[in-house]
Amino acid sequence: MEQLGYLQQYVPVLVLMLVALGFGLGALLVGSLVRPKRPYAEKLMPYESGNPPVGEPRYRFSVKFYIIAMLFVIFDVEAVFLYPWAVTFDKLGLYAFVEMIIFIVILLVGYVYAWRKDAFTWD
Amino acid sequence: MNFLEIIFRPASFDVIVQLAIMVLKVVVVVGVIMLHVTYATYFERKSIGHMQVRLGPMRTGPHGLLQPIADFVKLFFKEDIIPAAADKPIFYMAPVISIFAGMSSLAVIPFFNGFVIANINIGLLFVLAMSSLGAYGIVMAGWSSNSKYSFLGGLRSSAQVISYEIALGLSLVGVMMMAGSLNMTEIVKAQLAYPTGMFLFPQILGFFVFMVAAFAETNRTPFDLPEAESELVAGYFVEYSGMRFALFYVAEYIGMIVMSLIAITCFLGGWDGPFQIPYVPFAWVFIKLYILIFLFYWIRATVPRFRYDHLMSFGWKILIPLALFNVVLTGLLKTLNVI
Repeated sequence: MEQLGYLQQYVPVLVLMLVALGFGLGALLVGSLVRPKRPYAEKLMPYESGNPPVGEPRYRFSVKFYIIAMLFVIFDVEAVFLYPWAVTFDKLGLYAFVEMIIFIVILLVGYVYAWRKDAFTWD
Repeated sequence: MNFLEIIFRPASFDVIVQLAIMVLKVVVVVGVIMLHVTYATYFERKSIGHMQVRLGPMRTGPHGLLQPIADFVKLFFKEDIIPAAADKPIFYMAPVISIFAGMSSLAVIPFFNGFVIANINIGLLFVLAMSSLGAYGIVMAGWSSNSKYSFLGGLRSSAQVISYEIALGLSLVGVMMMAGSLNMTEIVKAQLAYPTGMFLFPQILGFFVFMVAAFAETNRTPFDLPEAESELVAGYFVEYSGMRFALFYVAEYIGMIVMSLIAITCFLGGWDGPFQIPYVPFAWVFIKLYILIFLFYWIRATVPRFRYDHLMSFGWKILIPLALFNVVLTGLLKTLNVI
């Protein structure tokens, strides 16, 4: 597959994705041809251990989940910034190492701040 | 020029042959992995059964060998119940997205030297991107079901998956530094050129963080909070039944297999082993795969479930600093030419 261009390397990925989608949708489609369908009101109720559902299922939830999501966005981007550095580490030598120590120290300042603000404590 | 002429020109004929080989490769890999998924369920029930002094499935076929097929046929013919209050399009798509995210990562895994569906330069990055997509399936399923258990399970699961995603991504930075590439085949080759034959020994810390994060990413015990049976029934897929439930189940096992394959490719020397096995170039990948999958089952039978606050603080306060420490340590040792 050497003669294929740069973008064409990704064609097999696309094929696999289509096969994966086809597998999921196909299984549901073929299943829908053979399975029974006998719905009635009680069967279609949300499951709540056999009791009729009480109240609204989409109630307010803890703000902690939002904080976790924000921290994820910050730290995951930091991790992605580390990748190009890691890949070229051998070629860049000591200079890159010192640069990255500075980057990680700045990252740690934010991390310690979040820790001290109890963002990681679940209560 | 009509369509047939375009197809049958010699140059385009090459393209057709290449496409056919590509499709064949994809179908073979997906088929083989699906077969292993089917029997991974049997393997799990058998090994956990024997660990708990039970026999596991015994009735269907000799030693219950036909059990996975019977399960599949049963799920296939089960009624597909969609709750009246569910958000239908999202409810329909959630399991398909889960399985799509799980399967896509297979594209970059080298099964033996030269056999990989797509030999792309950003292999490892692609795997991480696809494993993040899995969270969408969970959130969509949990939210669209319109049930309290699903909602809580989906919330918990997404918070857990994104928390451990960071540790997972950082634990692989050490491997990237050792290999100098994101291409999975290059990573394996770098390991074969390395004195120990694998990155497990200089990267033992990275491997530990990766495996713990992989357990959390795939929602396996001891991190199976999202489907804590005793409180949430089945977590985000409470409302799913029949084939849709089966797709989530398959996605979980594919996730487990994919995480094991990444560990094999990045830490355990890929397709190489202590000695050569003739005629079966992919033998070592599958031997290592079954050892790691057995580890998943073993831990499930041994370790009790985490409490949710412990789970969160373990991910954020222990694994992430450990992974960052591993990055700095690897950098230091490499600068000093120790490893």
